[in-house]
Amino acid sequence: HLAASLPLPSERDHLRPRIDLVVFMIDIKSKYSLKNVETSLAYVDASFFLGKVCFLVTGVGRMNACSIEMNAIRKLGEAYCSPVLFCELELEGIRVTTAQRLLRMLRICAGHIPGVSALSFVSLMRSSHDD
Amino acid sequence: QEKADPQKTAFVLRKAWTLYSVTPLHGFRRARLRDYARLLGAFIAAEKQKGLAVEVGVELDIKVALSSHAELRGSELDQAALLVQLSSRSRASSRSSEDKPVWSGWFCSVFGDDLSENVPEHFTCLPLFLSHGAESYTSLVGSWFQKTFDCCFRRLAISPLNLSWMVAMWAGCKLDRAPSAVELVFSVPRLSQPLDISYAIHPEDAKALWDTVQKTPGEITQEEVDVFMDCLYAHFHRHFKIHLSAAKLVKVSTAVASAHCDGIVKILHSEYLPGVLMLLTELAISQIQ
Repeated sequence: HLAASLPLPSERDHLRPRIDLVVFMIDIKSKYSLKNVETSLAYVDASFFLGKVCFLVTGVGRMNACSIEMNAIRKLGEAYCSPVLFCELELEGIRVTTAQRLLRMLRICAGHIPGVSALSFVSLMRSSHDD
Repeated sequence: QEKADPQKTAFVLRKAWTLYSVTPLHGFRRARLRDYARLLGAFIAAEKQKGLAVEVGVELDIKVALSSHAELRGSELDQAALLVQLSSRSRASSRSSEDKPVWSGWFCSVFGDDLSENVPEHFTCLPLFLSHGAESYTSLVGSWFQKTFDCCFRRLAISPLNLSWMVAMWAGCKLDRAPSAVELVFSVPRLSQPLDISYAIHPEDAKALWDTVQKTPGEITQEEVDVFMDCLYAHFHRHFKIHLSAAKLVKVSTAVASAHCDGIVKILHSEYLPGVLMLLTELAISQIQ
């Protein structure tokens, strides 16, 4: 399900299936997309930040068109304890790989992989910080 | 530190310079400038003979002059700037003193210690190259330097992030003369017809805004630049309901200097020349590293 921003329209709440993973997309060429994500984050329930949220930064193939400071993105990931993935949507190979990665994450968040839960993402992130 | 003599640096002002980053030159010797000029002149003549002609029609002899400019640098640790000038003398002309400048380019380093302190012996660091004139001459001069000194030239692109630093810095500069408007040009992506939006701000308003944002004079932080730009975007959105932050900033113009994302700058004010060159040197160095 794709949405331009949060919150999702409440009229369709009863029709909506359970949400297992929220991927916030930030286009490195658009400062507006970062602002939009920052505003939308406020509408996400705190329980999602236990591994069910990730940030996907797109457009990294063109750093010359960069409008966002990389530090700001890193701080966002740290502040919300959520992984930050980078990709370039214009390259088919990377697009496919990224989609596969997100699907794997989704399967884990939905509980389809026995023995691994969304909480694993959080502990993986914490260990790299302690270094 | 030597104060720049306005006469000597006048050639830099009010011209559109195309920017390149250059890796350190190997085996460059200041004492051999006359030899280099001769060799470069011969190279250009030879290339023209080969049919890689620069100009068709009038037969032109290209004269090359290389000179050092010690006043164009940041500190004693920087190399003096190196100026290359191509001038033409029509063979048909009888007057021997008629030399018309056709192209100029210069290498410089302003506070480029980040690069020069890590470089081995026999290498000369002049990371920023600026050219003005036909692209074909730039290509010829660049090829000769690359072959002779084993260096590499790359066009220097300026990202929207860096352009917003420039406009914030330059809009805040104090100027004695009545300054020209601060202008930002945005290109709107993903439309069938390309659309450019030009946003002009009264220079005093821009400076007043920057003065309320900047906390420590002489220091600029990313947060301050963000606040400055956000104010401009918010103002525009209030009036036109367009989010400029979703568009690509491609050009900024102020009374101090103007810069385009394709790596083209024009410096208008001699007082701020060192500051502008320092910023451009930094960009060139980060492109090299």
